[in-house]
Amino acid sequence: MSTPLITPELVALDIEASDRDAATRQLVELLAAAGRVTDAEGFLADVRAREAQMATGMPGGVGLPHARSEHVTVPTLAVGRVPAGVDFGAPDGPATLLFLIAAPASGDGDHLKILASLARRLVHPSFRDSLRSAPDAETVAEIVTREVVPS
Amino acid sequence: MKFVAVTSCPTGIAHTYMAAEALEQAGRAAGHEVVVETQGSAGSDPLDPAVIAAADGVIFAADLEVKDRERFAGKPTVDVGVKKAVHDAPGVIGQAVAAVEAGPVAAPAAGAAPVPATKVDSGAGVGTRVRQWLMTGISYMIPFVAAGGILIALGFMVGGYDVTDLPTVELDGGVTLVEAIRNFDITSSASWGALLFQTGGTAFGFLVPVLAGFIAYAIADRPGLVPGFVGGAIAVTVGAGFLGGLAAGFLGGFLALWISRWKVPRGVRGVMPVVVTPLLSTFVVGLLMFVVIGQPLAALMTGLTTWLNGLSGANLVLLGVLLGAMMGFDLGGPVNKVAYSFAVAGLSTPNLAVDATEYRVMAAVMAAGMVAPLAMALATVVRKRLFTHAERENGKAAWLLGASFISEGAIPFAAVDPLRVLPASVVGSAAAGGLVMALDSTLRAPHGGIWVLPLIGNPLGFLVAVVLGTVIAAAVVIALKSIGTNSVVAAEREADAAAQAAETAQATAPAGQAPATGTARPAATS
Repeated sequence: MSTPLITPELVALDIEASDRDAATRQLVELLAAAGRVTDAEGFLADVRAREAQMATGMPGGVGLPHARSEHVTVPTLAVGRVPAGVDFGAPDGPATLLFLIAAPASGDGDHLKILASLARRLVHPSFRDSLRSAPDAETVAEIVTREVVPS
Repeated sequence: MKFVAVTSCPTGIAHTYMAAEALEQAGRAAGHEVVVETQGSAGSDPLDPAVIAAADGVIFAADLEVKDRERFAGKPTVDVGVKKAVHDAPGVIGQAVAAVEAGPVAAPAAGAAPVPATKVDSGAGVGTRVRQWLMTGISYMIPFVAAGGILIALGFMVGGYDVTDLPTVELDGGVTLVEAIRNFDITSSASWGALLFQTGGTAFGFLVPVLAGFIAYAIADRPGLVPGFVGGAIAVTVGAGFLGGLAAGFLGGFLALWISRWKVPRGVRGVMPVVVTPLLSTFVVGLLMFVVIGQPLAALMTGLTTWLNGLSGANLVLLGVLLGAMMGFDLGGPVNKVAYSFAVAGLSTPNLAVDATEYRVMAAVMAAGMVAPLAMALATVVRKRLFTHAERENGKAAWLLGASFISEGAIPFAAVDPLRVLPASVVGSAAAGGLVMALDSTLRAPHGGIWVLPLIGNPLGFLVAVVLGTVIAAAVVIALKSIGTNSVVAAEREADAAAQAAETAQATAPAGQAPATGTARPAATS
């Protein structure tokens, strides 16, 4: 993999947002700034369309906005922590940990395997807890890079 | 216990794999083995058939149609959405365990037979179960209709439609046909025609017994086969046709089910399924079919046939419109299947004339069933901007699906925009159904779309009906879609304009700076 799934620039430790759209927008802007998406608005629209099909909130305070989109250049994960919480439609309350997954529309097998392996890690509470308690953005990026290896 | 599971989600990058992981973890925690096939965008490695065979139960945590679902036929199955598996995997595992403990649902011994995957929830609505039983019978019958119907039609084509010109081939007297075949002359088209006709006719003879036999099989498992088949054959003998077959199937099935549940001494239990249940249930079915309900059903059948053949002109067109509308109403759903089953059952009526109403009904139903996918395909071509990229891709496939009479080809369109697509489908399909009746087309095969065109009576009329229906449905859907805007389509259009601008810039820019998103692949948000 030439481009890592995540870098410290793609981590936001302190998001304040009134709703999931605003929270997602902040993460999308990180992607745009890092050159991972060509068109922030276009990608945001794709994520919104996906979110409208079925809310991505999971039990345990996790929100998981994601989309495959032609505006994405490389498979990317952005992580956001929302101390005050923001509703992602989960049955047990607002999400405090956000994962924004961006997948290219025409991704090849290796790219998609990385994302599959990421999704599998997300289910593990220990993985999520380690991200919640990481002291800084570098640590978050490092944990993800270390834990997510294509199976 | 051992479970196999299939997971899938709309985007295919997150929930598919999260559900897989969650199920594996929850299974391990509860001491079960769970093997998951992830039908996501990273491709799926199909489960080893040996693993499926060894599994006690099946879990579907799929928001998309499970691919090759028939691999899992006959096993206790729980069907939950992908979200449920992510949120509450231990609960799903518990449900699956309960399903296995509730016992096997259908005969795994029959191998890959498409036994309807019975929902665990044995409290499933009576209507649903009756439909599943019925559809099991019909799904086993259709290959017989197809083989028999096409052979008979080919027999007419080869031997000549005007059977009176073939003194050796007389429709009513099987004997002369057999004689024609006994003196088989390899250079005589009449001999070949007789051979094809006779073989097809023999296949047709199985229709009602197979229908009855497999309805009973769906209800009672293997003990139902004998009373079902025998009852179906009796229905043919007494002239009760497919109505008699339906009755025999349900009678035989429930009798066998009831008898196989008797509490009997241990010594007798071994011979129950092979001797006692088939013997008693078949005798009772024979008694009922021959003595009690056979004659009334035969009279009803004759009445129905007479009524159908008595229909003419406007009434026939109305019947075509009604069946057409039903075909277009839910694109492969229950209403569609009722209309289709009605037509296929008609084909099984014995001794039909060449232009019998039953054949016209079949033609109307097939024409109507072809309209919706063709109309969507046409609409994506003439008004591109009203459809998403994904829909335009689907449109290309829809040409072939529609031409092959697979109404389901329009489902991707109907699923995202039912209020605009379904009315168009109903109107266009109804028009096609009515036109086929008005133009006197007939059809002897139960399926096949344009590929069985040589078997269609008045093929030109049939094509005209399909084309007009398609144009009407396409026009309606375009008109409806032009009212109001679709946000996804609008967003994609802007993106396209941007991409186009980028490509133009790229063309003039120095080489080596090509943006990575030059492709026009659809954004897979649906």
